[in-house]
Amino acid sequence: MSQSPPPPHPDEPVEWTTIIGAHQGSWDWKLSELWNCRDLISLFVWRDFVSIYKQTILGPAWHLLQPLLTTLTFTFIFGKIARFSTDGVPPFLFYLSGTILWSFFSNCLLKTSNTFLSNSGLLSKVYFHRLSIPISTLFSTLIAFSIQFSLFLLVWIYFCFQESSIHPSLALLAAPIAILMIAGYALAGGIIVSAVTTRYRDLSIAIAFGIQLLMFLTPVIYPLSSVPSQNQWMISLNPLTPIFELFRFSFFGGTPCSLLALGFSFTLLLLLLTVGLILFSRIEKTFMDTI
Amino acid sequence: MPPVIAVENISKSYRLGSIGGSSFREEFSKGWANLFRDSTPPAQEFWALKEIHFSIQEGEILGIVGRNGAGKSTLLKILSRVTAPTSGFVKIKGRIASLLEVGTGFHPELSGRDNIFLNGAILGMSKAEIRRKFDEIVAFSEISEFIDTPVKRYSSGMYVRLAFAVAAHLESEILIVDEVLAVGDAQFQKKCLGKIGEITSKEKRTVLFVSHHLESVRKLCNTALLLQNGKLITHGSVDQVLQTFLDQPTGTQSSTLIRYPEKPLDQFHLQKIELLDEQGELKRSLQTWDYVRFRITFHSPRPLKAGAVNFHLNTPSGTRLLLASNSPEQSFTLNYHEGTNQIDCIISKLMLAAGHYIIGASLAVPNIECLYDGVDHALIEVQSKDIYNSGLAPHSQRALVPMDCHWELP
Repeated sequence: MSQSPPPPHPDEPVEWTTIIGAHQGSWDWKLSELWNCRDLISLFVWRDFVSIYKQTILGPAWHLLQPLLTTLTFTFIFGKIARFSTDGVPPFLFYLSGTILWSFFSNCLLKTSNTFLSNSGLLSKVYFHRLSIPISTLFSTLIAFSIQFSLFLLVWIYFCFQESSIHPSLALLAAPIAILMIAGYALAGGIIVSAVTTRYRDLSIAIAFGIQLLMFLTPVIYPLSSVPSQNQWMISLNPLTPIFELFRFSFFGGTPCSLLALGFSFTLLLLLLTVGLILFSRIEKTFMDTI
Repeated sequence: MPPVIAVENISKSYRLGSIGGSSFREEFSKGWANLFRDSTPPAQEFWALKEIHFSIQEGEILGIVGRNGAGKSTLLKILSRVTAPTSGFVKIKGRIASLLEVGTGFHPELSGRDNIFLNGAILGMSKAEIRRKFDEIVAFSEISEFIDTPVKRYSSGMYVRLAFAVAAHLESEILIVDEVLAVGDAQFQKKCLGKIGEITSKEKRTVLFVSHHLESVRKLCNTALLLQNGKLITHGSVDQVLQTFLDQPTGTQSSTLIRYPEKPLDQFHLQKIELLDEQGELKRSLQTWDYVRFRITFHSPRPLKAGAVNFHLNTPSGTRLLLASNSPEQSFTLNYHEGTNQIDCIISKLMLAAGHYIIGASLAVPNIECLYDGVDHALIEVQSKDIYNSGLAPHSQRALVPMDCHWELP
């Protein structure tokens, strides 16, 4: 009844396109395969964008309402009641800049950190490059961010005419760097958390809660200069701090953020991205068995 | 002909007991080193596949058969790259597409049109490729009127049509079809089977087909592969393999005692089904018109009030002959205990002609929730008995159900 296995072929004449084995190098990120998934990524982005506001009345206008309402609340609470310093920047403009950049970071991080859990149904059935999901999440939050960013630009241009202290300068060129670095941190954090949550669900709970706390340790609703100097080191340890300072500097001028802190933040970003990609590529082959 | 898939000595082990989902505190002591190591031999392991070795030629339509727990799904998962083998290699030449389970990868809010693009891309098609084949896909799916309706309003049949239509038009060299056709109506099933046959003969596509429906395996496939308990039993022509499958003694010893593979204890599952006689002894054989007590032993991870056990009996080709439910149909109350439970389903006169039949049982909270799906089937053999004392025992090839009838003049 049983059949002896056919002898292995010593001289394979066949050119195999895929070889599936147990082991995969931590450094084998299959980036060319990821490039082949670009149509899939663009369709995922489009799906996320289109489907989220189906059966809503306001639709994509929610992208504008969210930061507007948050900014108005912050302006009222922190500007009018608590009277936080905004470094001479009009409070509305100041809080808007912090809100949109922070919500970009936190949305992106939270969504990418659920990559494996929320897509397990799909991932258990079909193979495509697993990084397609976090990357498409990054792009769809980037689209939402650019809508909010356009709103910010309009408000900023308005204030350029109103306030003498605010005017465009060459520093504007630094804004894209800040945005890219925030995107990088969100992606790196997201894929690390997503890889670890396949085994330990604790982290997905911790991250949702931790990110709320992190906002207060980041100069989102206050400038770094308003922090008493003996406590500044605490806030400066946060690698997101120089990025937020850079973003504000590029639009509002004032004291430029420290290049040393920025360099440290950038190095840490590269390190986190590498760790993230390594963890991700190690976990993606077998996460279906543990999820 | 050159092989397109070469499976070389693959094995796959799973950890029994609590798999994943543990918290930091429990597992922290096990150390971070274990976390991302590839092939740590787990403490309590279960080999879903053991040293499987075979190759598939171009244009082959291979049916994969075996009882549940035999490792069919695991094999497909490895071939479609969803999970990696614990050891061994699979070499593949060309693109692989798997026909997804109904609706996976579909976004309910999006229209059929949008989902064709999305699903096509998930399966590995480029946008240009989908655009080129779009009309063909819509025509094949027979749902052109609903193409702009969100798929959440589709019936399950329409879902399958659309899903199959997309997968069938994918220009992949290898197609994996897993049981999915069970959902569509008979006519569409036929059309799908026809389409699979057509693409393989025309375009030299290779198809891997998994089904419990032995008749469709026989119709569609030219070769088959039989798995049992994670091992490859035989690989050859479809008729020969199916014969081996049907002739195989079920369970471990005899066809009157069926043991099911071990499962994690946090899941509802069947442990065994015994065929007993009037005295409660294990029957040696089963014959037409016999009294038989099917003793179903199952595991429940928690106590449950008023649970249901649904016992079923099918022909090998899938026709259901009996579905007996203690509740709600027959109002027989059964409370599950935590751990091992038993219940007997008694058939006082087994109206089955000689031949092979498939039995199984599912567990459920009546009308609410399926706890165990009961697709694990076991083969039993009814032996011929000369019930009319005529020397002609009823056989299933003639008629399945020898009812108790006699002749009279009016």
